[in-house]
Amino acid sequence: MSLSYAVSDSVVITRRHLKHTTRIPELLFFSIMQPIIFILLFTVVFANAIKVPGIDYKNFMMPAIFVQTMAFATAGTAAGFADDQQKGLIDRFRSLPMARSAVLIGRLVAEAARNTLTLFIMIGAGYVVGFRFQGGFLPAVGGILLLVAFAFAFSSIGTVIGLGVKTVEAAQMAGMIWIFPLTFLSNGFVPMTSLPGWLQGVVRYSPVTAMNDALRAMFYGHGRALTSPTLQSIAWIAGISLVFLALGVRQYKKAGS
Amino acid sequence: MIVAEGLAKHYGKVTALDGVDLQVPAGTILGLLGPNGAGKTTAVRILTTLLRPDRGRATVAGHDVLREPAAVREIIGLSGQYAAVDEHLTGRENLDMVGRLYHLGAKTARARAAELLEQFDLSDAADRVTKTYSGGMRRRLDLAASLVARPQVLFLDEPTTGLDPRSRLGMWDIIRELVREGATLLLTTQYLEEADALANEIAIIDRGKVIAQGTANELKAQVGGERVELILADRSEVPKAVAALTSLATAEPIVDEDTHMVTVQVEGGTRALADVVRELDTAGVEAQDLAFRRPTLDEVFLSLTGHVAEEESQQS
Repeated sequence: MSLSYAVSDSVVITRRHLKHTTRIPELLFFSIMQPIIFILLFTVVFANAIKVPGIDYKNFMMPAIFVQTMAFATAGTAAGFADDQQKGLIDRFRSLPMARSAVLIGRLVAEAARNTLTLFIMIGAGYVVGFRFQGGFLPAVGGILLLVAFAFAFSSIGTVIGLGVKTVEAAQMAGMIWIFPLTFLSNGFVPMTSLPGWLQGVVRYSPVTAMNDALRAMFYGHGRALTSPTLQSIAWIAGISLVFLALGVRQYKKAGS
Repeated sequence: MIVAEGLAKHYGKVTALDGVDLQVPAGTILGLLGPNGAGKTTAVRILTTLLRPDRGRATVAGHDVLREPAAVREIIGLSGQYAAVDEHLTGRENLDMVGRLYHLGAKTARARAAELLEQFDLSDAADRVTKTYSGGMRRRLDLAASLVARPQVLFLDEPTTGLDPRSRLGMWDIIRELVREGATLLLTTQYLEEADALANEIAIIDRGKVIAQGTANELKAQVGGERVELILADRSEVPKAVAALTSLATAEPIVDEDTHMVTVQVEGGTRALADVVRELDTAGVEAQDLAFRRPTLDEVFLSLTGHVAEEESQQS
């Protein structure tokens, strides 16, 4: 299978999913509302309750909300693949002489586009409640790209979940249930020092912690942008994407057997 | 055109296929007949490269399904048990997408989509999302999708299951047309009547094994074929009726003394029923009830396997 087919087939599949975005307005509505609600909820409820030395709490936790929402991409991807599998579309695609990676890549690219849209809506909502980029233009762009890449990596986890379970409901649960623990067990909503000592060891090495630190550096100029947290985040994103895409393609090849 | 030898597939302890041999010559239809869970879909999935068998080999148009799956996918069309269409795309978009994934090129894909929509009577609904389609329309679209690249070999897995009788007959017409155009086709079905109406040759599959194979007539003869059942008002008339019908019967008539029922095996379809009525009339025998019956799938099974089909199969 030539590379050009892999690209052109992926484009066909990406177009399929982008059309879905306009055909299912309720999905678009909720995927816009959810991040707005999260931002308003967290800022209103926690802003004055939690104090973090040296930084306004809203700004402190804003990157964590971004990261958390991007991580939720997992559930959407998982549900989408489970739905395709249940409806026989995966079988149809697998019986066609198309590139074996295109069904995965095509969907992930379309979802990256949707996640980018979600992210911009969140940034807009953030601006309403007082969030500001303070670290300059390029680092801000870098942070946004990092978030989109992070969502891509988590979507690729969703691929493996969606092709591995039998129903859409199971895919949704399996793509969602560990996201809250993963994102809350980080330095995103409370400073690391307020956590119990044994937990700090875990949290220190979480990809979410790396992302939070990297984004704080890029958005607020807390430390230099291209430092250890950023590099760690990039390594996590690359590692997760590669491993789960490879697993996903393997699962796709033998889906339903 | 399709050759399978000794295909076997197990899922854990469950044996889905247990050494299946099949042959479908070019330009013919093989009907793979069996109840749910007999292994029909497993066989189709192996032949269409979706599933690897544990044992056995198969070729489609000379290409080995295990060693050259990409070559097989170029020349086959598959329409599965569930209408596999994207419900958020329109009918036209669905076919266009499939055409592009067959690498027909944008222009050809578009033209082919329009042509198929016309052929399958979906032109009016072409630009509606398929979520709004009826079950029959979705099935037609799914079948159209499998024909986009004009495949040499077509696999239809239970193409009419779940359709109302009218849609089913429409689907039969479409399938007959495909064969007139020279397609080679493997069709699975739970309905004896459907295999009878469409297939040149029928293979009956049960518990992962082909238990009988032949033309519809050969199988029916083997199973006991068609029969006329008559119930007489008066028991004393039974011998007279038996005598009158012996010339038409293909086997010794069976008499149930308690119900006054005489079962006569016949051949020739409903024409035989007319003959029976004429003979009874000539002999002056009055029947209280008279029925023409074809062997049902259950009877075929009972006769061939000694057990009934395990899943409830609806005869229409």
